[in-house]
Amino acid sequence: MHPSAKAFCNIQLTYPSMVVTENWQQTSERLLIKGGRVVNDDQSFFADVYIEDGLIKQVGENLVVPGGVKVIEVNGHMVIPGGIDVNTCLMKPYLGTNPVDDFLQGTKAALAGGTTMIIDHVTPQPGDSLLDAFECWQEAADKKACCDYSLHVDIPQWNETVKDELELLVHEKGINSFQVYMAYKDVYQMSDSELYEAFSFLKQLGAVVLVHAENGDLIAQEQRKILGMGITGPEGHPLSRPEELEAEAVFRAITLGNRVNCPVYITKVMSKSAADTITQARRKGSVVFGEPITASLATDGSHYWSKNWAKAAAYVTSPPLSPDPTTPDHLHTLLACGDLQVVGSAHCTYSTSQKAIGKDDFTLIPEGTNGVEERMGFVWDKAVAMGKMDENQFVAVTSTNAAKIFNLYPRKGRIAVGSDADIVIWDPNSVKTISAKNQQSASEYNIFEGLECRGGPVLVLSQGQVVYEEGKLQVQQGTGRFIPRKHFPDHAYQRVMFRNQGKEAVTRGMYDGPVYDVVPTPKYITPAPSAKSSPTSHQPPPIRNLHQSNFSLSGAQTDDNVPRRSGHRIVGPPGGRSNITSLG
Amino acid sequence: MSYQGKKNIPKITSDRLLIKGGRIVNDDQSFHADIYLEDGVIKQIGDNLIVPGGVKTIEANGKMVIPGGIDIHTHFQMPYRGTTTVDDFAQGSKAALAGGTTMIVDHVIPEPGSSLMEAYDQWRQWADEKACCDYSLHVDITHWNDSIKQEVDNLIKEKGVNSFQVYMAYKDYYQMSNSELYEIFTFLAERGGIVQVHAENGEIIAEEQARMLQMGITGPEGHVLSRPEELEAEAVFRAITIASQTNCPLYVTRVMSKSAADIISQARKRGNVVFGEPITASLGTDGTHYWSKNWAKAASFVTSPPLSPDPTTPDYLNTLLSSGDLSVTGSAHCTFSVSQKAIGKDDFTQIPEGVNGVEERMTLIWDKAVTTGKMDENMFVAVTSTNAAKILNLYPRKGRIAVGSDADLVIWDTDSLRTITAKTHNSVAEYNVFEGMELRGAPLVVICQGKIVLEDGNMHVTSGVGRFIPCAPYPDYAYKRVKARKQLAVLRAVPRGMYDGPVSEFSMSRGGTPSASARTSPTKQPVRNLHQSGFSLAGNPALCGPPTPDDIPIRPAGRRIVVPPGGRSNITSLS
Repeated sequence: MHPSAKAFCNIQLTYPSMVVTENWQQTSERLLIKGGRVVNDDQSFFADVYIEDGLIKQVGENLVVPGGVKVIEVNGHMVIPGGIDVNTCLMKPYLGTNPVDDFLQGTKAALAGGTTMIIDHVTPQPGDSLLDAFECWQEAADKKACCDYSLHVDIPQWNETVKDELELLVHEKGINSFQVYMAYKDVYQMSDSELYEAFSFLKQLGAVVLVHAENGDLIAQEQRKILGMGITGPEGHPLSRPEELEAEAVFRAITLGNRVNCPVYITKVMSKSAADTITQARRKGSVVFGEPITASLATDGSHYWSKNWAKAAAYVTSPPLSPDPTTPDHLHTLLACGDLQVVGSAHCTYSTSQKAIGKDDFTLIPEGTNGVEERMGFVWDKAVAMGKMDENQFVAVTSTNAAKIFNLYPRKGRIAVGSDADIVIWDPNSVKTISAKNQQSASEYNIFEGLECRGGPVLVLSQGQVVYEEGKLQVQQGTGRFIPRKHFPDHAYQRVMFRNQGKEAVTRGMYDGPVYDVVPTPKYITPAPSAKSSPTSHQPPPIRNLHQSNFSLSGAQTDDNVPRRSGHRIVGPPGGRSNITSLG
Repeated sequence: MSYQGKKNIPKITSDRLLIKGGRIVNDDQSFHADIYLEDGVIKQIGDNLIVPGGVKTIEANGKMVIPGGIDIHTHFQMPYRGTTTVDDFAQGSKAALAGGTTMIVDHVIPEPGSSLMEAYDQWRQWADEKACCDYSLHVDITHWNDSIKQEVDNLIKEKGVNSFQVYMAYKDYYQMSNSELYEIFTFLAERGGIVQVHAENGEIIAEEQARMLQMGITGPEGHVLSRPEELEAEAVFRAITIASQTNCPLYVTRVMSKSAADIISQARKRGNVVFGEPITASLGTDGTHYWSKNWAKAASFVTSPPLSPDPTTPDYLNTLLSSGDLSVTGSAHCTFSVSQKAIGKDDFTQIPEGVNGVEERMTLIWDKAVTTGKMDENMFVAVTSTNAAKILNLYPRKGRIAVGSDADLVIWDTDSLRTITAKTHNSVAEYNVFEGMELRGAPLVVICQGKIVLEDGNMHVTSGVGRFIPCAPYPDYAYKRVKARKQLAVLRAVPRGMYDGPVSEFSMSRGGTPSASARTSPTKQPVRNLHQSGFSLAGNPALCGPPTPDDIPIRPAGRRIVVPPGGRSNITSLS
């Protein structure tokens, strides 16, 4: 626990007698939620919940509680674990500007939507120290966050120093998830070899690998092509990032994960084909998790063609929203059947003037959409209210699964004795119309503008405190605690552990037949690999002609040559003969 | 090129031949008719033909007469580290004819860094000297730059090559990056070429090979362990994605596994123009032999992508071939002697790759697909001959029994039964990967260029009679759909008023990446930092001008426009 958070708790503990006032600050160290239906991911049941010191102390009927406890009558409403938003970017810098929703604004929006914990992405620039970036994020969040938080760390490049920092972050800082990028060529993008190494290393550490899956090489080519055609507006964004580039990268990431035997977590599943790829891989037994986001679950990419530049730009995020309007429905179906596991928001809002950095070139538009506040509401509206999903699965995808994958369970993601008192009273019947006018976020555009959404929180408890009630937020910045997470989460790693068995070589007699005498150039190593793989480079012909010059040499008697290594004809092999080469 | 000129003159010796009483089987229909051949060309088809006297007559007795097979993938006489594959063009094409294949398409493999044109000439010379049957050539693009572009262009326009192979495997050697693949696909799509890919993820293979060797696995089993089938499937998926982006027909050589074949059939269902080529080995045997205790036997199965250890693979691939999801069959015939294979006796990564199969190809498909009831005889003709001719733009000269087509015919005996063994095969290789298999169906008579080359079990072949058959670009079979899509796929910008709202100040450099080139893979060049340098320049008003996408550095991006040219428009009403 962070020192400041601890101090805050201590202050609370010194005034236990000051309960039962309407002022939230002094209230409710002790709380009783009466008459609710507790909904966990596995079952629903009627029970009262008693909360003390930010923890759930008792769950059951006819609880014996101390007198003077504040009682909340919920009249049969659903009592669910607070949501966990696994993907926010509240501090992701872009060309020197920061998103308009910082940790204060962003966590306020989260709480207003029923989300009581966020996991934010630390996004260091290539060359930056991961550790420094982590501390910078932690400091900012400790000052401002109104709900508990944890951090993913993005790995912008791969080298030896990064390895040491990762080890430190896992063992001492409580980080167990790291994001790698398959897109953003020449900035964050890693090659397949680097990904293989990164996956191998993170697996050893017991961390979850998050993957931004898009084929960056092809995107770079497409962007150039699209700009060349004179398309500079936001519609160029989805045109240059068609969904099959997402599906391709997802497929490759899963292949890498299978080879390394490492759990893979795909952030931002935006398209049907990417989701289908995950589904198929899970059917073959791969340990892979998929995270659709609020935007991909509730809207589509047709808005990129809006005549209003600012509106079109507000939808720019990567991978882009699919222009296929049936996408949200499909993703909800997969979420309901368990093929996709968690819902994030990828909340990363920039103001219109920030988006306008790319007004003449869509590749410069800062990427990100809102969604932290709307996340749970839309899953309810589009999946539960449509009959695709039951309430338990709703809890699983908005909270429990995230807690399991990132090793927060059962502290978070469950209503049980001993768990944190992050609780939401959910009203399945409330209806509201989403609009930028009445949102918590500071952005001017809400990409869900005008959509009606059934279901929403009536009351939100964070750390045992009522922070949202009847449409009013009562929060204090800096109350959010950093929640450290241990490595090797069971949900991701148990299967991986069992699969870790070695392969064995076949024991054979030694091959003792004739061996063709070969020139010594190893097959996969060339003198100048760098020259060949880049289109722009020029071949140094003399190096490449090694083979040919050997050609002419091979005409001479090989026996005349200087003593050679491997390829010699062995007449009487050491250790005697064996009959392994009977031909025919 | 006076040498080739001679080749193209029809042989004076060419006999006149009448095939009587046969059942002609093309890919679309079967019917009873006689065939009259003259000067190496089919002159008449029908009943009661009027033919000159003294014509030699072959009685087919109701047996099937099919177009001679086309083996679309061979490596005869292929140089490898100072040696060559043991079957040269004479031996290889003889084996082909013995199996009912009357045309082969060989791969020209230039060393990275050397000229494609020189390699092409070299292969032409070898083949013209020795080939016993007609042949054509694929050229492999083993590296990519502007001079190669020029050569590819010439090969298409002047040399009769329309298919080019690129490699996604063999890291630091043949392997192409995604960007290079994109460029090559785009280039070939514009010129009507067929892109063939060797689809395996070379980067992961390199990592896996290092891991296997480190674990002490040095035998041939390491080959298949370091190249699991999902690496093949992954690369196939990626190749299809790139082809789809560039609107280019794609041909996947050597489909060796179920998962790769599945990816192809899914893509075809989505409408991608993609062709899959399983080879004799993947249709007939599996990868369990890599674990053989006999090193030489295990090594003889080494090919890439490897044979799948899953024993149900051949059956599955035959099924997809029958359903049309896979289009053509090759043999990838590339034989090395045991002593050549033994170059890799202490390290599986050094084992020369290649298996036999040119002779067994048609028989094997007949046995595994037709006699098992998966495939009918017309489909058999399609996958062994017609489809290949269509893809290479040789149809209907090859791949069909019709008036005017080349007289490459096979009388097929559906009842013959023989056992495959290295003792009797026509290849020089000591091992045959199909050793001991009993196969039904075999050619009874093979006619190549109008002459009988196989009759009563006796071969009469002449080295050097094989002609080079040029392939024209834009084969309809692959390009008709592509052309139609090109017209549809016109992207348009949205006409909007100019954005006239405030623009946030932003710093010039993106968070400071001082060493971009060091960060990406070691082979990357600093050329790619265009965006970054563009930012630093963008502050300079002197560079204002229309966006020039080819010239990203000077694009006048994020400049604050206070009074936009062309007046204001109210496009930014918020909320």
